This record gives sequence, structure tokens and C-alpha cells, in this order.
Amino acid sequence: MLEVAIEGRWGDFALDARFVSEARVTALFGRSGAGKTSLVETLAGLRRPTSGRITVDGEVLFDAAAGIDLAPEHRRLGYVFQDARLFPHLSVAGNLRYGARRAKAPGDFAEIVALLDLAPLLARRPRELSGGERQRVAIGRALLAGPRLLLMDEPLASLDQARKLEILPFIERLANDGAVRIVYVTHAMEEVLRLADRLVLLSHGSVAAEGGVEELLARLDLTPETGRFDAGSAFACTVAAHDATWDLTRLDFAGGDFWVSRMALPPGQRLRVRVRARDVSLALVRPERSSVLNVFSGRVTEIGAVDGPQVDVLVDIGAPLRARITRRSLSELGIEPGREVHAVVKAVAIDRQSLGGGLGRPAR
Amino acid sequence: MTDGELEVLALSLQVSLVAILFALPLALAAAWLLSRRDFPGKSLLDGVIHLPLVLPPVVVGYLLILGFGRQGLIGGWLHDVFGLTLIFNWTGAALAAGVMAFPLMVRAIRLSLDAIDRRLETAARTLGAGRADVFLTVTLPLALPGLLAGTVLGFARCLGEFGATITFAANIPGETRTIPLAIYSALQTPDGESAALRLVLLSILVSILALAGSEWLARRLARRLGGEG
Repeated sequence: MLEVAIEGRWGDFALDARFVSEARVTALFGRSGAGKTSLVETLAGLRRPTSGRITVDGEVLFDAAAGIDLAPEHRRLGYVFQDARLFPHLSVAGNLRYGARRAKAPGDFAEIVALLDLAPLLARRPRELSGGERQRVAIGRALLAGPRLLLMDEPLASLDQARKLEILPFIERLANDGAVRIVYVTHAMEEVLRLADRLVLLSHGSVAAEGGVEELLARLDLTPETGRFDAGSAFACTVAAHDATWDLTRLDFAGGDFWVSRMALPPGQRLRVRVRARDVSLALVRPERSSVLNVFSGRVTEIGAVDGPQVDVLVDIGAPLRARITRRSLSELGIEPGREVHAVVKAVAIDRQSLGGGLGRPAR
Repeated sequence: MTDGELEVLALSLQVSLVAILFALPLALAAAWLLSRRDFPGKSLLDGVIHLPLVLPPVVVGYLLILGFGRQGLIGGWLHDVFGLTLIFNWTGAALAAGVMAFPLMVRAIRLSLDAIDRRLETAARTLGAGRADVFLTVTLPLALPGLLAGTVLGFARCLGEFGATITFAANIPGETRTIPLAIYSALQTPDGESAALRLVLLSILVSILALAGSEWLARRLARRLGGEG
């Protein structure tokens, strides 16, 4: 368990962060300048807060009141930097072993090399690696030091889209393995959906909210922090069945089931689906003879703050579903809290991009 | 090569090597302080270190007499406590050469320390390496090209040192008469020109060998550092 309650000030920037997490993957999410990197640097001991306390599994890493401030090398936290920071004077194998040599309980070399597919790279020099390969080596190097917690500071931010997609499955595998818990810093909601169980929203140096990913995405008041354009709801789903005739897949979730374009995943596989608010429309009567496959009935629970011509509406369909409609429709349909509505989601609106894998292996 | 020339050559190499051997760790420490630490009096230290570069060597030699002579503050102490006399013997020549070479070495090493990506050192800390460990396993290997450059520059400066040496350690055959002093002495003697020319050629040969050696080392280093040297 990671417990953080710290305050710090560096120049103009003030950090005041309090959160607790037991999750496999905790995402620290926020815009640039929100204090994400300052926060992980503080966790790692690279930055000293003015007051507060940090503990991991009960061991105190920092406690201003008690005068405890463990040096970075004694914290046993792995750190994967945005820029891989491999040692140029060592080979890949030398880099991998750097932390392992100094660890009391190093990671298993063969196992980690296999997990990250590093075997073909071992004899190479860092300058001979691509950006994605470098990042994989950096992850392996941090893991081999046998950390009790792995801090990943926007590990994909400096990579292009293709490289990101190349690395994500490795991080996903690592997360699902559950061998090491991860604190994952990012400003990309896709990565949060794909990897994280728990979300800590940072804004202007303090924690705006913390909670489960699904729970926080459903909160209309957090739209400024979670992002307006991509606002939507996330659902924990299980692959129920495939329909070969129409090339569709049925996903079960708390609000019923979704029909989506066919996925290459086995039945029983758990995954997270995001439905963007702008892909959901509302109707007072159940649409018939419509092309739409997914219609959910529910009751309006909340109406968000007005943003120009648009407004977000939260509908309880067994799980909170977010819909973005115009103010005009809101008024014409008389939508208000308590009202029964039908929410309509096109199957094609849910594509691979909306899928998260952050829910682990197929349900046991 | 005559016995006299051999003696001059051996003495020159001995003086220069000893000077470098003592100056190198100090230059590394000074370069590290200037590159990595902020402290009051930093620019003063920087200035003092660079003095031998801008002062006339004779002045440096005279200052050495004041400081390290028998009556000097440090020289007197060395004599009383260790029975050590630097002035007018080969160790004095080495001291003079080392002092003159010092700023060049500090500059070269400092530049390479400045060029090191400090974030690599931070990364090493998170991997469990303490400060000294990081210095030995990350900073020093990455600074090797600068250390090598500093050593070569310093060695060349030592071999060529004349003014401070002749002032502080005098021109004693077999004791402080290094190649430059021997050339000077030869030119002072009637018909000494051919002897001087032979010494000049010797001096050129030694310099070329030293340069070639360092070039070879630098290339090996560059390969090891992945072309970043």
C-alpha cells in the first residue's frame, strides 16, 4: 500500500498531494504542469517535500516530523523516465545488470528478459536501439533492481504512435502479471483506460480527486480534469460471445450488454470499454427500426455544467453512462434529473481505441 | 643517443610523469568542485587555479620559492615535519611542472564533467547506487575522454615547462635539467648548436609519440562510449 501525504514548494510551484492506493496500477493523471513529475520525483527521493509523510507497505520513506528521508538508492522504487536514460558506456546487458547488482533481491534476469523480449538486444549499445527498444530496456533495468513499486513517468510520451502501440502490450503484461505494482504518470486517457485500476487526478499541484477509473470518469464535475473533448464513461466488460454471421461481439457489463465490431479476444476475457459522451444520444421513446444496436434505458441522474451549446448528461443504466447533447435538445426534450430516457450508442463508435485491458486476465 | 641525452630524457619523463600523477587527482577534485558544487569563494578558487595560465612562468617560479622554499610557509613545514626539500632538486622540477600543467588539466576535465547528462546520475541513484558508487561507475567512465585529454595536455605542458622550473628548481644537470633546460644550456655553450639540435629532435620525437599514444587511447575510448567520446 502506498500512502502519500506531502506538501512541497519549489520556486513558484506548490505541491500538496494526498492519496492512498493499493491498486496494481495507479495512474497519476493531469495536464502538463499539474505536478505529476514533481510528485513521482518526490516519491523517488529526487525532490524533497517540506512536510508530510510517504510510506510503502508500512515502511516510511519520508517523514518530515520524524526527520526520516531515505536516499533514493535506499527506497527500492524502480523509476522509468520519459527519456530512457540508459548508460551510454554500458551495453544493454550492462545496463540491465546495473541495478540488479546492487539489489538485495534482484529480479530474475531470464524471466524479465523474456517478458520484455530483450534477448536480441543484450549485446547492443544504447545508441544502436530504437526509441521503443530503449524504453523496454529501461523498464527491464528498473525491474531487475527488484523494486517494491515501479514508478513510470510518461514512459510513452516521447514515442510516436506506432512505438507506443509496440510498448503498451509489454506494460500491460507487466501490470497483469501483478509481480510489481505500478505508479503510472500520464496525460493520455487511452493509457489510463488500458492500464490503470485507480486514478489520481492532479490539478495545479494538488489532488483533485482519486478513485476507481470508472467512478471518476462518470463524475461530471471532474470534466476539466479528465478532459472535455474525450469525455466519456468507462465500463468493465466481459467478452460474452461472438456472432460470426454479422462479425459482431457481445460484451456484458453492469448495464446489460453491448454489441461491438468483432474482436479477437476469447470469451471470458475482461476488458474496459470507453464510450465517448459525444457518441451517445438520448431519446424519450425507444428508437425502433433504427440502425443502432445498443439502446439502454435508464434514469437521468445529473446534468453537468453548461459549456457553450453543449451539456453532459449522466444516465443511470445500471452503470453511469455519459451523454453529450445540445442545450437545445435538453430543453426541447425536457430532460431533467429523474426523467426516464433511452440512451443510444452506435456499435461502430466503440473501436479498438476505446478498449482498455486494465482488468487483467480472463475472469477466473 | 649519448648518455647525457639519455639522462636528460629519463629525467624529463620522470619529472613529467610524477607531476601528472600528483596533479591528476587534484585536478579531478578541483574540476568536480567547479562543475558540480556551488560554494562561497568559487570564483576565487577558479581564478587561483587559472593563475599559472596567465602569469609569466618566472613569476610562478618565484611564488613557488616564496611558498615552497626552505623559508617558505609550506616548504618550511614540509622540511620540519617530513624532512622534505623541494627546492633545487627534481621533485621541485616536478612541482613546478605540475603547477603549470594544473589549469590545463582542470579545464579539460571540467568541460567533460559539464557535458555529462546529470540525469544519468539520477537514474543510477534510483537503481540503488550511492553517491560514491555513481561517481565511480557513471560519472568517471563518462568523463574519461576529458581525463585523457587533460592528461595529455598536462603531460605536454610538463615536458615543455621551462620558466617556473629554472626559477624554482634551477638548472642542475642530472637533477633538474629537463629537455628544455638542456636545450637552453646547450645554446649558452660555444659550439653547442649541434647538441641543441639533437635535443630538439628528441623533444619532437617524444611529443609525437605521446600524441599518437593518446590518439590511439581516445579512439578506443570513443568506441567504448558508443561514439560519444
